[in-house]
Amino acid sequence: MKKMSKTLAVVLALVLCVGLFAGCGGTTASTSTTTTTQTGTQTAESGEITIAFIGNTTGDYAQYGIPVRNAVVMYVEQLNANGGINGKTVKLLEYDDKGDGIESVNAYNLAKDQGITAIVGSVLTGATIALADATVEDNMPQITASATAAGVTQIDPENPDSGIRANVFRACFIDPFQGEKMADYAANKLGAKTAAILFESGSDYSEGLKDSFVAKAAELDLEVVATEAFATGDKDFNAQMTKIAGLNPDVVFLPIYYGEAGLAITQGRQAGLTSTFLGGDGFGGIKDYATAEDLEGTVYCSGYAPGTDSVAQFEADYEAKYGEPVPNMFAPLAYDAAMLLCKALKAADDAGLAAGSDEFKAAVIADLKGNDGTVGITGSYSFDEFNNPIKSAAMIVVKDGAEVFSELY
Amino acid sequence: MADFFSQVVNALQLGSIYALVALGYSMVYGIIMLLNFAHGDIIMVGAYATYFAVCQYGLHPLVAVLLAVLISTLLGVLIEKAAYTPLRSAPRLSLLITAIGVSFLLENGAQLLFGADTKSMVKTPLISGTLNLGGVTVSLAAVITIVVSVIAMIALTFLVQKTKLGKAMRAVSEDMGAAQLMGISLNRTISFTFAIGSFLAGIGAVLHVGSYFQASPMMGSMLGLKAFVAAVLGGIGSIPGAMIGGFAIGIVETLVTVAGLSTWKDGVVFAILIVVLLVKPTGILGRPMVEKV
Repeated sequence: MKKMSKTLAVVLALVLCVGLFAGCGGTTASTSTTTTTQTGTQTAESGEITIAFIGNTTGDYAQYGIPVRNAVVMYVEQLNANGGINGKTVKLLEYDDKGDGIESVNAYNLAKDQGITAIVGSVLTGATIALADATVEDNMPQITASATAAGVTQIDPENPDSGIRANVFRACFIDPFQGEKMADYAANKLGAKTAAILFESGSDYSEGLKDSFVAKAAELDLEVVATEAFATGDKDFNAQMTKIAGLNPDVVFLPIYYGEAGLAITQGRQAGLTSTFLGGDGFGGIKDYATAEDLEGTVYCSGYAPGTDSVAQFEADYEAKYGEPVPNMFAPLAYDAAMLLCKALKAADDAGLAAGSDEFKAAVIADLKGNDGTVGITGSYSFDEFNNPIKSAAMIVVKDGAEVFSELY
Repeated sequence: MADFFSQVVNALQLGSIYALVALGYSMVYGIIMLLNFAHGDIIMVGAYATYFAVCQYGLHPLVAVLLAVLISTLLGVLIEKAAYTPLRSAPRLSLLITAIGVSFLLENGAQLLFGADTKSMVKTPLISGTLNLGGVTVSLAAVITIVVSVIAMIALTFLVQKTKLGKAMRAVSEDMGAAQLMGISLNRTISFTFAIGSFLAGIGAVLHVGSYFQASPMMGSMLGLKAFVAAVLGGIGSIPGAMIGGFAIGIVETLVTVAGLSTWKDGVVFAILIVVLLVKPTGILGRPMVEKV
């Protein structure tokens, strides 16, 4: 009896720890070790400008991190092949943070020892915020391709006066923007009167989209009849979807990633739900995760419009280099992030500053902030007061099992 | 009313998978006092086996199912032989840590081999379609999940209570030393227990894939934890306890969601674990164990 409770107490502690981790969206349940991949040699030499990519190339959600890494590597290689920055080579160090905030800060500290002068990363929202908290101390230029939570650049999104991390930028649009867009689209474009939401509790991304959707819906007389949640790792949404089906809303907003979204849609249809499903950029690639029949009419917003002229060259290059088509919008956004950063590095280098110095970093940040309609492959970039890009969203509709670009909204 | 009936089916569907997984935990704990944390990950491997058999090699679903169950069973025995047998006389904590290590090995190994993204076989499902039961539509997968689980549990109860091997298992769990003196082969019995537990995990994997169409490297971790809570709630080491615990957790999760508190679903499940450990650590059906001197 005594022995058993002791063993169980140990286990209980472990279970709670794992449970805690599982609660933080985007972190894996494993206590991972620090393994960082690294290319290139030790210290920065003259004639080189060293930057780092930090992102999750392994672990849950590596399907977001790998395309980001690939696109950044591809941009830097293309840049170097075309003479680099004023004849200087851009050296890119790569670190894997497994989507974990602690690992990304560790990676940052390692990268700093290598004399980096700017960072592309991280990929997931949670890790990016942790990284931003560290880079802001050093005024290290940082640009993320994919972290969409308001709290990445703004210190406290709830409080507009809390200030921003002036060194942090992003190439994607923010969560509140997506939630608002989709509520707007539902009410004004689809004529919806009622909506239900299924979100992932504990995920910054999911809760950010949900909150802004609810706020915008209230403005637009779109009634939110149910707000259901699930925990990270859940696969069974039958109970939630049965409940939502009973309320028969016009639209169901799923601010979650495609794997869970596919399940939610399949289970919703099984429960007899006939509503239109709406999603954010996490829906990219959803066509493989539910049947064409169940998905028909599903709409989501995305950071780029696949197959259009501006990305055609990039898509061809990516496929040639990596042997697979561009998997999601994070690759082109990462390409733009790398482009914006390298443009800023060039500006700082033009000013005759030494890479790695504080003045150099400040010049990079100033150039990023000063972008005014710089054309990338996913759209044109200007940054607002919170260092968020001002761009329009591409609406993607699922038709006959294919994800089709419908309009910029 | 229709909603109520659907929710009952949802609860039973969820509960029967928890129960199948909890059985594996409970049987292994009953026999060598090991919380086999790799158990949830055996389900993950079974799910991948099903996915690859159907989607990659185009095998008949039935062949895929048999293959998945076979692979899960062999994997369970292999883990026992490679990782746990050498530690049989080591302290319990070493075994526990080894189990966690095996779990990480499987999770990260799967990620390395199969990639981190979720594999979906929704386009070629094992079970598709819906049934109309008195005006209520339920998915065929849910019905099959519940029926197969119940059959598996009845078969297990029969096996443990009526067969010679079952008797040996019970004897070993009662008193390992005495059982050995009575001429029971310890190695064989323990391997057999792992085989049965993993066989059930294999069935759980197939049913999981049948209901949710997906395989991902981390799918076993949360499922395993919830099943562990189910096993503790039912009384770890007790076979009927694991079944009761599994269904209870499924019902609780569904009830919490129906009550509009889906945000708190996992919180409630783990709160149950804490309450059970504080109030009645032996669970619903567990026997109090006396420390032998």
